[in-house]
Amino acid sequence: MDFNLTEDRQMLADTLGRFLGEKYPVEHRIKVAYDAPFQDPALWDQLVELGALYALAPEDAGGMGGSGFDISVVFEALGKSLCPEPVLGAMMASRIFAAAGADQETLLTGATKYAVGITEIDAPYELDQISTVATAKGDGFALSGRKSTVYGGQVADVVLVAAKHGGGLGVFAVNARDADVTGYGMMDGGGAAEVLLDDTPATLVLADASAALEDAVNAGIVALCAEAVGAMDVTHATTVDYLKQRKQFGIPIGKFQVLQHRAVDMLTEIEQARSITIKAAAELGGADASRYASMAKNMIGRAARLVGEESIQMHGGIAMTWEYAVSHYAKRLIMLDAQLGDTDYHLSQVMKGYAT
Amino acid sequence: MDLSYSKEDLAFRDEVRAFLAEHLPEEVSSAVRSGGELTKAMMEEWHAILNTRGWLATIWPKEFGGPGWSPVQKHIFEEECCRAYAPRIVPFGLNMLGPVLIKFGSKKQQDHYLPRILDGTDWWCQGYSEPGAGSDLASLKTKAERDGEEWVINGQKTWTTLGQHADWIFCLCRTDHDVKQQAGISFILVDMATPGIEVRPIKLIEGGHEVNEVFFTDVRVPIGNLVGEENKGWTIAKFLLTHERTGIAGVGFSMQALEEVKSIARSTMRGARPLIEDPLFAARIAQAEIDLEAMKITNLRMLFKAQEQGAPGPETSLLKIKGTVINQELKDLARRALGPAATPFPGHVSEGNLMFGPADTEHNAARYFNNRKTSIFGGSNEIQRNIVTKTMLEL
Repeated sequence: MDFNLTEDRQMLADTLGRFLGEKYPVEHRIKVAYDAPFQDPALWDQLVELGALYALAPEDAGGMGGSGFDISVVFEALGKSLCPEPVLGAMMASRIFAAAGADQETLLTGATKYAVGITEIDAPYELDQISTVATAKGDGFALSGRKSTVYGGQVADVVLVAAKHGGGLGVFAVNARDADVTGYGMMDGGGAAEVLLDDTPATLVLADASAALEDAVNAGIVALCAEAVGAMDVTHATTVDYLKQRKQFGIPIGKFQVLQHRAVDMLTEIEQARSITIKAAAELGGADASRYASMAKNMIGRAARLVGEESIQMHGGIAMTWEYAVSHYAKRLIMLDAQLGDTDYHLSQVMKGYAT
Repeated sequence: MDLSYSKEDLAFRDEVRAFLAEHLPEEVSSAVRSGGELTKAMMEEWHAILNTRGWLATIWPKEFGGPGWSPVQKHIFEEECCRAYAPRIVPFGLNMLGPVLIKFGSKKQQDHYLPRILDGTDWWCQGYSEPGAGSDLASLKTKAERDGEEWVINGQKTWTTLGQHADWIFCLCRTDHDVKQQAGISFILVDMATPGIEVRPIKLIEGGHEVNEVFFTDVRVPIGNLVGEENKGWTIAKFLLTHERTGIAGVGFSMQALEEVKSIARSTMRGARPLIEDPLFAARIAQAEIDLEAMKITNLRMLFKAQEQGAPGPETSLLKIKGTVINQELKDLARRALGPAATPFPGHVSEGNLMFGPADTEHNAARYFNNRKTSIFGGSNEIQRNIVTKTMLEL
C-alpha cells in the first residue's frame, strides 16, 4: 500500500502545475475560455510540447503512461487551473487508437486535433442507445446521424464517431471538413460542437468497438473526476481564505460556527471524492473498471455540486460576479455532471449489480 | 500509488482469518450477528482467547505485551474481526487506560495494572462525562481533595459504559478550582469497591442497560492512584481523544451493515418482487455503498499517513464524522427494509409464533436506535467539526 505519487508522476504534476500557474492565470483563462475558439491555440501547442498527451498514452501506443494515475495527475492539474484546452477528447481518442492498434503519432505530437463523438441528444450517456449509423460505401463508409456536445469539436481536425455497425458499435474517423460542424462555447467555458453527419465519408478505426468505447468512457470519467478534485481543492481553499478576510458584524465571518461546520463538511466530501477517484484510477483497465468509474462519477457529481453551490453561498454576492474566480470554478464543477454520465445515471449503473 | 496489500500483509490476513475460523466460539459470533446484548462472560471469554494468542492489546507497544503491529496490520485485524462477527474489544482498559499508563503512568502503576488488564483481572470503565459536562468536558465538577495520604472524591459521573461490570474506574476530577478550567483537572484511578460509590443503571432508548451513573460520596483513594502529575489530567484526556484510533471510521462495521441491508432487501417482498429490485430503494443502498467504498479508501489513506508520520492527524475527525453518518444511514436502510417486521419489541415475538422477519433481525430496530449514539459519543460530530475548524482550516 502506498498513496504517494511515483517520482515521475510527481514531476509531471509539478511541471504541469507550474506551467498552468504561469500561463493560465484565471484572468487569461476567463478570456480565452469564452471567446472563439474557446481555447488558446498557442498554449495548446506548449501544453503538447510539455508532454501532456504523451503522459496519457501507453508505451505500446508510443506514449509514456496511460494508466489511471497518469490520467488523474494530468487532469487534476488541469482542473486546478480550469484549463479549457481539449485534452479530454485527445485522451479518449488515444485510448481508442490504442485499442485498435492504430498509429497515433499525429495525435501525440499535436499535429492533428482529435475529438470523440459519442453523445447524442437522445442518448446522452448510453452507448447502447446510439442511433448514428454507418453504412459501407465504396472502399470506406458513410455515416448518418448527429453527435451532440462533442467536447473540443469546435477545433478538432478529426472526430472519432461511435456509430452502429454490423449489429454492434464501430468507431469511425470523420474529417471535420467533411461534416457539418457547428462550434460553440460552453456555459462553464471551453468549447464543443454539434456534428451533423449526412452520408458523410468516414474510415473505420475499430469494428466491435463497444469494449474500447467503454474503456475510453471509463478513462474519461477518471479524468473528469480528477479535474473536479483539482477544481474543488482550489474552490475550497479560496472559500476558507475568504472566510478569514471578510468581516461582517465586526468579525471575520469564519468565526461563525454555522459557516465553519459547512466548510468542514465540504472538506469531508472533497476527501471522499479524492478517495473514490483514486479507486477508479486504480481499477481502470481492470474487470471492475466500469463499476468503480460509475461509483466515482456519482460521488463526484454530488460532491462537486455541494462544493460549487456552497462556495457561492458562503461567499455571498461576490461569488455571483463574473470577475471573481469562484463563480467560474462553480460553473465547471456543476456542469461537468453532464459529461459522460451524470449523478443519477451512474447511480443506476451501480444498482444494476443488485438484482440477481 | 498502490492500493493493494503487501505480500506480508496478505499472509497476515490469512493468519488472522484462520485464527478466527478456529478460535472464535460459534455462540459468541452468533450473539454478535443477532445484535442482542453480549453477556460479560462472553466478552471475557473472547478477551481471554485473544490474550492467549497475544492479540488482545493490539495498540500497546511490544514491550508491554502488544503484538507490535503496524497500523495496516491493526486495520486488517479489525476488518477480519468484523467479517467474522467477533465482538468488539471492550476498549476502556485495553485501548484507553493502557496507552495512558504506558505514556503517563509510573513504572509501579504499569507493572501493577497492565498485566491485570491483559489477563482480565480488572474490568475498567471510564469516568469522564458528567450531567453538566458533556461536549464541554473541561467544565467537569467532580472534585478530588487531598486529605493526608488520600484523595477524597465527591461528585457524579454519567454515561459510564458497562460500569455495571467494572472493578475499576479512571476518573477526571477537579483538583484546583482557582485556575483556568483545563489547568485544574487530574486523572485518578478508583477501585469501584471503595465505600461511597454507587452505580445506578441508565435505561437507554432501546431498553438496554449499557450505561450508568456513578455517584461518589466521600470516596477515599490512596494518593498513589494519581496518574501523571496533579492538575495535568487534561493533557491525558486530550491524548486519549486524539491518540491512535485506526478503527474510528468503523469501516468493518459498515461493511457488515451493508451486507445486512442487501440480504434483508433480497428476502423482503414489496409489490410482488424482492425489495432490492425496487429502484427507489436500490438507489438508496447504492448511494450508501458508494459512500462506504470511498470511505474505505479515505480510511486507508489516513492509515498510510499515520504509518508514514508515526501519528494520525486531525483527519481522523473527518473519518469519525463521515464514518458514523454512513453507518447510521445503513442501519436506517435495514430498519426500513424490514418494515413491519422491525416493529415488535425484541423478545415479544419470536420464531414459531406470529410474525417475524428474516434471520438475525429481531434486534434490528433496537440496534438502529442504540446506534444513534455513535455520532454523539467520543466527541460528538459537532465537536469533531470544531476540531477540524481549528486544526485544518485554521479559522
